[in-house]
Amino acid sequence: MSKETITLDKLKPGESGIVLSFNDEENALKFMEMGCTPGQKIKMESIAPLGDPVAVIVSGYKLSMRKTEAALINVERI
Amino acid sequence: MFKKMKLKIGKEQAQRAMKVAVLGNPNSGKSTLFNALTGLNQQTGNYPGVTVEKHSGDALIQDEKTGEKVYVTYLDLPGTYSLYPKTLDEEVCFKVLCDDTNEDRPDAAIIVADASSLRRSLFLATQIIDLRIPCIFVMNMMDIARVRSVHIDINELSKFLGVPVVAANARKRHGVEEVKQLLVNGLQPPKKDFIDIKEFVPAQIIESVQKMFPSKSPYGVYQTINNEAGVEHYEILPTQKIDIKKLIKSTGFDKHRIQSQETIARYKAINDIVKECVKIDEEEKRKSLSSRIDNILIHKFWGYLIFLGVLFVIFQSIFLIAKYPMDGIEFFFVKLSELGRDSLPKGELSALLINGILAGLSGVVVFVPQIALLFAFIAILEDTGYMARVSFIMDRLMRPLGLNGRSVIPLMSGMACAVPAIMGARTISNWKERIITILVTPLMSCSARLPVYTLLISLVIPSTHNYGFFNMQGLVLMAMYLIGFIAALAAALVMKVIIKSREKTHFIMELPLYHIPKFSTIGLTIYQKVRMFLFDAGKVIIAISIVLWFMASHAPPGKFPAIETAYQNADSVKKYKPAHIETMVSSAKLKESYAGIAGKWIEPVIKPLGFDWKIGIALITSFAAREAFVGTMATLYSADSKDNTQSIREKMASAVNPATGGREYTPAVGFSLMLFYAFAMQCMSTLAVVYRETKSIKWPIIQFLYMGAMAYLASLIIYSIFKP
Repeated sequence: MSKETITLDKLKPGESGIVLSFNDEENALKFMEMGCTPGQKIKMESIAPLGDPVAVIVSGYKLSMRKTEAALINVERI
Repeated sequence: MFKKMKLKIGKEQAQRAMKVAVLGNPNSGKSTLFNALTGLNQQTGNYPGVTVEKHSGDALIQDEKTGEKVYVTYLDLPGTYSLYPKTLDEEVCFKVLCDDTNEDRPDAAIIVADASSLRRSLFLATQIIDLRIPCIFVMNMMDIARVRSVHIDINELSKFLGVPVVAANARKRHGVEEVKQLLVNGLQPPKKDFIDIKEFVPAQIIESVQKMFPSKSPYGVYQTINNEAGVEHYEILPTQKIDIKKLIKSTGFDKHRIQSQETIARYKAINDIVKECVKIDEEEKRKSLSSRIDNILIHKFWGYLIFLGVLFVIFQSIFLIAKYPMDGIEFFFVKLSELGRDSLPKGELSALLINGILAGLSGVVVFVPQIALLFAFIAILEDTGYMARVSFIMDRLMRPLGLNGRSVIPLMSGMACAVPAIMGARTISNWKERIITILVTPLMSCSARLPVYTLLISLVIPSTHNYGFFNMQGLVLMAMYLIGFIAALAAALVMKVIIKSREKTHFIMELPLYHIPKFSTIGLTIYQKVRMFLFDAGKVIIAISIVLWFMASHAPPGKFPAIETAYQNADSVKKYKPAHIETMVSSAKLKESYAGIAGKWIEPVIKPLGFDWKIGIALITSFAAREAFVGTMATLYSADSKDNTQSIREKMASAVNPATGGREYTPAVGFSLMLFYAFAMQCMSTLAVVYRETKSIKWPIIQFLYMGAMAYLASLIIYSIFKP
């Protein structure tokens, strides 16, 4: 599949990507200290029953975040 | 474990004292190690100015080599991910570690890391190392079940970090002794920086600020600048502040850019180290098991059904199971006061002791079963990792109301009793969401309102009105519960707009692997909550109940003797039985007491709601607990037996309104009263707990006023509509 840069919230459950960069400086730090640093593989694990928030797996942790927060992470779909 | 409670820590035997901070990520097993280090020699308080709980504990350590005794005060810092605070918990850590003038500034730190989230733990650890605080890095091997095999080259890791590394299992007490010995045996500050912050920060500003704080490490200097560049978490000297702010401007210090560069550099270095000296094979089985449990617990149908079941069990337990020990406690205090009445000499002091203090004490202790049960459930839900899932599936529903997914449990528990429910709001980490939950929970119809509703409904709604299957009285009762629920949500919505918070709401959190809960943790949680309630909120409750007792049983001089003589004359002795005279005397006394005077005094205010001064008295006495309404009415109308609802109902039903000549308790008055009880903040125990939980007199006052205003308006409207 061709490389494609999208925001994390666009990944469907089961799909993975590589973290590229962040669209918001303040939240970027929160993401990074939770282990979500550029270059890491990130997997969209599941979406909450009501469509928000989402659960992702990154560097061995399962994190949950709101869709608006996931939209701040740029990833490369793999 | 409980044996230790009595153990006296001999501070006077110690040659020196030191302060040690225990810190780590949330869920790192930090508190388990803290408990192993201190036993039950713990104190719970609050950090100044914020509502973050402060746990500290003491222990005496004897240095095995020198024989020297050291008195150690451990501080269990709240869980934090980094030195960049985003929550109140993290702000506390930042202040304690970075502000040299902070009263809790530690001499040494123990950094606890969970083996399964080693990188993230090292991120925090290396920041502390760069502050050059003497520290020990403890790898928590407690949940060895989480990983299949761990190969850590401890010596290598220690060499990389420049601080001692211990592999410990706090539950089995492995490594705990080693940590203690390391603490007292010449623990030195780290000598080298893990990353060189000067690479990212303009040299001029670092050098100038370093001169102001010569004892700080370069990284400590950088954090000082950071504190001035953004939210000022702590204060420094005004002259220094001005100079630093000038330097920030002139050197173009870019806070966010530097933080990002630091974070990336740190993670890069950490990844290199972990590759070198740690090999962890994660237990894939456990992970996949966790994932499979998640498939059910966050399922769009089963997830909610199971959560509903969990709520049902919690609610039933604090509503029904807690009733038995509560009845037992009440029985015990009734017997105790009977004993007191029989054996103590009659007099003012005995009355104060029995009707004031003992009754107040009973009113405090009676909450313990509910608090213990609710916190047992909350601790289990937190410890297993389920609470994070509740947050996950409920967030979308609660967010528009300004509430957290975790608010659901306090709100539902509020239908049994607001006191444990408000304490349960601790589990919400966001300050604003927690305050809103605390403020609206008392609107949920608690069990103390039930006797009031029952009495009033039976008074104004005929039991003969049935619509098919529906009994009118039952429908009205249900409507009262619904009104409380809707009012709570509506109030939350309004407060979401009004209350301002500088804490950003974000929802980035970990969904931890599922655990088997630890009984020691649950036990300790219950112990801490019960103790906190008894000693902090308890004081306020006892004080107010003494005031209420005094008001209801005392009158201006001369009033009571006059009543006694009036009823003891030959005429009434002939006419009535002695028991009946007694009830008439107590009724007359209550009317003349200070509570009676206060009731008459507020009559003009409550008249538009359809209430007379008798209801005014009941509103005042209800402050002890809402169900006191029934007892007060019984006394005022000289009902034969205080516990006989039938008798009170008949007396109240036949009461005549002097102005209209008709019934005193018309449906309009009944509805007005019910709405008043649904909305008004009439519970001193709840107010005392809100005060304890928010550590500020401001919030209980706001709560009292907004709920009072709601009650007044609702009663006023309903009374004007139904008034004949």
